[in-house]
Amino acid sequence: MAKRRTSIHGREGIAGWVFTAPAMIILGIFLFVPIVMALWVSMTNWTGNVDPFGGGPNAAFVGPDNYTALFLQDGLARSNFMQSLGNTFYYVLLVVPLQTATSLLLALIVNEKFLRGKSFFRTAFYFPSVTSSIAISTVFLFLFSNTGAVNGFLKLLGIDGPEWFSDSRGLLHMFFGLFGAGDNPAWGQGEIFGRSLWDWLSGPSVAMCVIIVLAVWTTTGTFMLMFLAALQDLPVEVDEAAMLDGVSPWQKLRLVTIPMLKPALFLVITLGIIGTWQVFDQIYVMGKGQPAGTTMTPAFLSYKTSFTSNGWGSGAAIAFVIFLIIVILTGIQRRMMREDKPAGRLRGAASRARLAQSESATATVDLAHTNSGTGPQS
Amino acid sequence: MRTSNIRPGSAALVLGACGALVLSACGGGSGFGGAAKTQATGPASLSIMIGSSGAAETNAVEAAAAAWAKKSGNTAKVIVASDLGQQLGQGFAGGTPPDVFYADASRIGDFAKVGNLYPYGDQVKSANFLPSLVKTFTYKDTFQCAPKDYSTLALAINTDMWAAAGLTDADYPTDWAGLEKVAKKLTKGKVTGLVIGNDINRGGVFMRQAGGWVVSPDGKTMTADSPQNLAGLAQMKKMMAAGTLKFNTDTKPAAGWGGEAFGKGIGAMTIEGNWIRGALTKDFPKIKAKIVELPAGPAGKGTLVFSNCWGIAAKSAHQTQAVDLVKYLTSVEQQLAFAKAFGPMPSTVEGIAKFTALYPQDAAFAAGAAYGQGPVNLPGFDPVMAAFSSKMATLGKGADAKAMLADLQKNGAAAIAAG
Repeated sequence: MAKRRTSIHGREGIAGWVFTAPAMIILGIFLFVPIVMALWVSMTNWTGNVDPFGGGPNAAFVGPDNYTALFLQDGLARSNFMQSLGNTFYYVLLVVPLQTATSLLLALIVNEKFLRGKSFFRTAFYFPSVTSSIAISTVFLFLFSNTGAVNGFLKLLGIDGPEWFSDSRGLLHMFFGLFGAGDNPAWGQGEIFGRSLWDWLSGPSVAMCVIIVLAVWTTTGTFMLMFLAALQDLPVEVDEAAMLDGVSPWQKLRLVTIPMLKPALFLVITLGIIGTWQVFDQIYVMGKGQPAGTTMTPAFLSYKTSFTSNGWGSGAAIAFVIFLIIVILTGIQRRMMREDKPAGRLRGAASRARLAQSESATATVDLAHTNSGTGPQS
Repeated sequence: MRTSNIRPGSAALVLGACGALVLSACGGGSGFGGAAKTQATGPASLSIMIGSSGAAETNAVEAAAAAWAKKSGNTAKVIVASDLGQQLGQGFAGGTPPDVFYADASRIGDFAKVGNLYPYGDQVKSANFLPSLVKTFTYKDTFQCAPKDYSTLALAINTDMWAAAGLTDADYPTDWAGLEKVAKKLTKGKVTGLVIGNDINRGGVFMRQAGGWVVSPDGKTMTADSPQNLAGLAQMKKMMAAGTLKFNTDTKPAAGWGGEAFGKGIGAMTIEGNWIRGALTKDFPKIKAKIVELPAGPAGKGTLVFSNCWGIAAKSAHQTQAVDLVKYLTSVEQQLAFAKAFGPMPSTVEGIAKFTALYPQDAAFAAGAAYGQGPVNLPGFDPVMAAFSSKMATLGKGADAKAMLADLQKNGAAAIAAG
């Protein structure tokens, strides 16, 4: 079906450019150009009150110094940055799988035929995503305060709840403590980028766990909608064929539904990775990095370095390092989720298209046979 | 089928347009620069940015600004910042900062180093500010800005618990041994004798009383790992081991700050500043508090001074009028009016003498200025002090005082070398 389209030329081409020009100009001026400017600033020692492009002692070009200070030079910049990386690493590790699994689960439930009041549940689950993150963060501050609702509820169960926002103990540290490891044991003294192995293995702190819960609760709704749309796009006949083949519901989920949801999964996980590495609002409202720097993230550190310490170059460098981390992680994830090549010698996009076309033709034929009641052809 | 989205020629065109935009930004150098801003003449419209503690402060500053505006024929607008640090940073970077603004003593070095402040201190020296405040706001031997008020830390005592423990006026602690004794008597059941905030802005008093501080008086060398500082932290650890001193985050139930622990009866004493009076009246009216000076340590009396000044932006076009406004706002009558409205103490010698006469119950706060230490005002110290404060918060859980002072020494030395 795919006749190779020739490239657009002539008046259609000009019309295309005219229509896309406003968007390109706006994106260019307000997105692309500031990014290039920030890249320049990250290679200077700009102090924030002179022209960053004018040179001079307050905006001197220092090359990669800001970046090496973050990774190679022993000092407060590196230790703060490494701590923020460690915190965010655990944050991403917990939030992305949790929110993907929860949103998929909710989407499967809401998609069920037997569920009444689907639009009510859809709205209810989606509601946290459209509410202001600052408002939700403030409410969570009250919920998880020392005498708040959560601790009150735990007291009903007989548990003495922790002081959520002042507790800087890492979960992994507490786990190791269960096995008798003391604080700062000898085996944890090796250093990676100036931070001891024991510190890297601290896990998220109790305060960070509150923010993790908040993040999962807030973003599940959006991803649930994406999964829902993908689920509703799935061909019903494949489901019916699977059921006729005699799979259990769990097998159907694992072997039929989820593989067909791969594009949506890829989208949700990628958006999750990007969003979690950039977390800022919640940190700003719920502690600004306290207690003991265990809720510090690179995005907030970049803001603090720039606005409080007048270290705009270092702040911009942190931002670009996050950008690189996100790009690398998305690339890795993309490779891992790449479609398996069809068995045999078929290669190339055209071959894949032909294969897909023939498969859908077969499915249509199967469906026609099923509907007419003559049973599936083997 | 997938076709190439952008032809090579178009890609070059787009990149060229963006490059032209970037270069045009480079060309706009005339608006910036380190040279002094040309001053406008004629009636001025000043903007004053404050970080307000509440309606009382906002109204007081607005009234003062309006009175000056009427007197001098200019106009003055008061802007209440929701996040003073961020909005000031924005103003400085954007080239249009407010003319007059609150500048905290710990930020003076950061502002002055990058040239955000107009150092008018010499023009207002005749107001006779308290010497310790002049020192706090002096960076690189230049008196940068006029202190607008100050507060010090003193010991707040719950008089009901004091009497119930059988203590009298003669027992107010004057040294560390006395403090340990009364704290022990006041610690019973769920009540801890002394509950303080968990950072250097409260624990630092012990370091001062032992004779040490983070930097040398001239601000050129770090003195963090001195034996005096270690002695101060050791005293805190000693009282924590005896159960008579706790940080507000270590009490059960934990409190948000020392004043809350004091107000809720979790601590019988606390070390706080002037603001505790307002907090007690508003949130804990049943508590009766007596304020006394902090006990002396081995090196004598020591407390911490906190202050803001009226900063004038270097990029302001109305610096002469701004200095005139500051002179009005730091006059004795105006500072006493501020004290009456929302409580801070006047920063001039004459002003504080009149204040002490009017409010003798706050005499302990006022006396602290004579031997009080202001915050470290050197550039780049904000993350250094924050890192030290987070380590100090773990002092009650057996942290190594020597190691945390060594870290402070290392980070501070790096900051001084960079600045």
